Amino acid sequence: MGSNRRMTRWLALICLALPIGNPWAAPKIESWNTENGAKVLFVPSPGLPMVDVRVVFDAGSARDDGKPGSAVLTNGLLTESAGKWSADEVAERMEAVGAELSNGAQRDMAWVALRSLTEKKVLDTALETLAAVLAEPRFERGDVERLRLTMLSSLKQEAESLANIGEKAFYETVYQGHPYASNPNGTPESVNGLTEEALKAFYRRYYVAANAVVAIVGDLSLDEAKDVARRALAGLPAGSKAIPLPEPAIPDKAVERRINHPSTQTHIFLGQPGMKRGDPDYFPLYVGNHILGGNGLVSILSEEVREKRGLSYSVSSHFMPMSQLGPFQITAQTQNSQADEAVRVMRDTLRRFMEEGPAEKELESAKRNISGGFPMQIASNGKIVQYLAMIGFYGLPLDYLDRLVPNVMEVTKEQIRDAFRRRLAPERFITITVGKSGDGKD
Amino acid sequence: MRRVIPWLLLVQTLPLWAAPPPVQERLLENGMKVIVKEDHRAPIAVTQVWYKVGASYEPRGITGISHALEHMMFKGTERHGPNQFSQIISEQGGQENAFTGDDYTAYFQTLASDRLAISFELEADRMRNLLLKQEEFAKEIKVVQEERRLRTEDKPKALTYEQFNAAAYRVSPYRNPVIGWMNDLDNMRVEDLREWYGRWYSPNNATLVVVGDVEPERIFQMAQLHFGKLKPSELKTLKPESEPTQLGEARIRVKAPAQQPYLLMGYKTPVVGREVKGDGEWEPYALEMLAAVLDGGGSARFARELVRGERVAVAASVDYEAFGRLPGMLTLDGIPAEGHNMAELEKALRQQVDRLKKEPVSEKEMERVRNQLLATKVYERDTVFYQAMRIGMMETIGLDWRLAENYVERMKQITPEQVMKAAQKYLNDDNLTVAELDPQPIKDKGFAKPLISGGRHGI
Repeated sequence: MGSNRRMTRWLALICLALPIGNPWAAPKIESWNTENGAKVLFVPSPGLPMVDVRVVFDAGSARDDGKPGSAVLTNGLLTESAGKWSADEVAERMEAVGAELSNGAQRDMAWVALRSLTEKKVLDTALETLAAVLAEPRFERGDVERLRLTMLSSLKQEAESLANIGEKAFYETVYQGHPYASNPNGTPESVNGLTEEALKAFYRRYYVAANAVVAIVGDLSLDEAKDVARRALAGLPAGSKAIPLPEPAIPDKAVERRINHPSTQTHIFLGQPGMKRGDPDYFPLYVGNHILGGNGLVSILSEEVREKRGLSYSVSSHFMPMSQLGPFQITAQTQNSQADEAVRVMRDTLRRFMEEGPAEKELESAKRNISGGFPMQIASNGKIVQYLAMIGFYGLPLDYLDRLVPNVMEVTKEQIRDAFRRRLAPERFITITVGKSGDGKD
Repeated sequence: MRRVIPWLLLVQTLPLWAAPPPVQERLLENGMKVIVKEDHRAPIAVTQVWYKVGASYEPRGITGISHALEHMMFKGTERHGPNQFSQIISEQGGQENAFTGDDYTAYFQTLASDRLAISFELEADRMRNLLLKQEEFAKEIKVVQEERRLRTEDKPKALTYEQFNAAAYRVSPYRNPVIGWMNDLDNMRVEDLREWYGRWYSPNNATLVVVGDVEPERIFQMAQLHFGKLKPSELKTLKPESEPTQLGEARIRVKAPAQQPYLLMGYKTPVVGREVKGDGEWEPYALEMLAAVLDGGGSARFARELVRGERVAVAASVDYEAFGRLPGMLTLDGIPAEGHNMAELEKALRQQVDRLKKEPVSEKEMERVRNQLLATKVYERDTVFYQAMRIGMMETIGLDWRLAENYVERMKQITPEQVMKAAQKYLNDDNLTVAELDPQPIKDKGFAKPLISGGRHGI
């Protein structure tokens, strides 16, 4: 029933789906290693005859190594021709049994995901195809050239989107010299320069069992899940884990970039490197940000920018925890003439929050929201499988979900204020604006 | 006659889950319909209140008013101050929001299933007691205008789509954007909203849908307690505003700052339960099948032939919706691949349409679609939200929700001949509107050299 005439008030706010926790029992996670060394996490979910299998690799664009676009193009080629099947046949085999195959790559992770019915004949076909996709992609010249053109087209699309232009500039500036700096889709020059050999080498290095995590949620017994993991990864060599990424430097001075665009609005991005997965300050920063700008319309930033002043439809702040310090970012969009005012309100709001910390009442409300909302966070197979992949990929403890709510409930006002003051340096923030409010110098 | 094919056997061997969970409905005395679907997989439930009002109800001059009113529904009643609705639900751990479409406005909360009373109480309160204060409206209409800039004004493809609808429909209210024309938003007054609210927000124009870990009889009692006391309104009927027959192909060009051209083609088509009666009842289902044959995944014709085979398109898709309050369009859209122009893409899309009119779709393709539908029906049940959405939408556009439950059964009965007949009848040039996005330079000078401002905005 997908109609693009539909108008929603909440789509723009969906990205706030950070992990959250609570008093309900979290699902018990089973974990083991396949014979070739891939870590597997599994949660049984009886009730619906379906299964989700998500295979993630430490093969995101942070591994591009001076050839931006490698991770995305390599990942894209997996689901083209594979094993004895052409790209047409791979798609046909999956869809003929109603299975869904998807894939993608961001900065840290690259993944291939399967959703299938558990009926034996269906699952057998889907798994056989998935195994070929993971272990025997053919990287045929025709596929490479076509996907290259597709990426060049995506780059054009990015260049007409204010959000993409700003995001790209933000990472480029915040992570100067670090693997997180470059655009996952690369640049026209880098994409044109990617050779078949380089892509195959990328594949051989990173698409190995030791560098993979398999998350499985569905109507399977433990033995069946073990069989699924084994068959899906059967063809992968053991290989070795990717080496840890370097730590990004915190910028030593403020940088402001104004990018001109013939638009009615200006998109604003403020921030710096923030925190990583498993960070000792994770919970104070997470809960603090929830109050500042992480909880949709019920946040201090939304109150100041949207509710009081009507400046922006969507304003939010977030920490994106990654393998290394992922960004802390505050964003909003407003008509060009109000851009300076919006930047001022956003900065003032953060400054006040860092000086005073949250009010006790705000902290209590946030804790109630996070703990009370936990059942919704784990209510579907689709959500649980994402958690498993995240827990496995970042090496978080298997009781992570059980500990979430207690960890959140223990956070104090002082811890939040202290963590924000230690971890953020607004006087050295990167500021990116994209819009017609540019000062004309560029 | 339905063919017996392997996947059918597959269904027959499936265990109890195949029987969908029971759905129960009740009509309150004030005319409000309550529909409950049990789903006990997780201790949560979604509550959705659907109103029969949306952009297609709006007369000229006040387009976007349903959506603007949706925003104002969070701005307080006598008992609850501005934004308090969201704060209360948030404290309960709930997720909540709202959406407006052509044919509906809906509000939802997802909560632990033992906390639904709070959402019933709040929804009942704002169904009849909204304050609509001038000072709140003055701020919120600015937010709506920012939303329009964000979603449409600065997005070349969205702009093209908006212009396309305005050109394709001469009369049908589907010609107006859901968010409204900017000039109408500029001139909207809080009095307009009061009138709109008074006209459409009443229990006899609303449907309450609850899906989740609940006991239906208890939900009916709670609904009676909170909504049962609300007074119904006398609802005025809408004029039909039927679209006259199109008398020849229409074309428009949209100029906007962009990097890529974009092609959008739409044929006027029927929807379930309108205009086509009796013999034509299958037609919308045949069109759904047709859309899935062209664009139902990576093995469908567009991906296989246009993207991977001829490589004339970098992306191409089909959109058709069998269920709507008014007849709509089946649209094809695409972006030409590098080295191909818009004329070549349009020709390739037209050839795809011609082929559907000339040769019956293969049994293999039909089977693929049926198996996908069957699997999707299982996958959909992974979330309560989507299940509620289907029921609410059907009910709100004036159809029976059972039609959605029977959708897969209806699709299974569609034959290749019917797909061909539907293509011949509706996918004709005289019935077609074409829009082309003509990219204007962005003046991309690349990223500016960083302007070192060392604490210029220091805080």
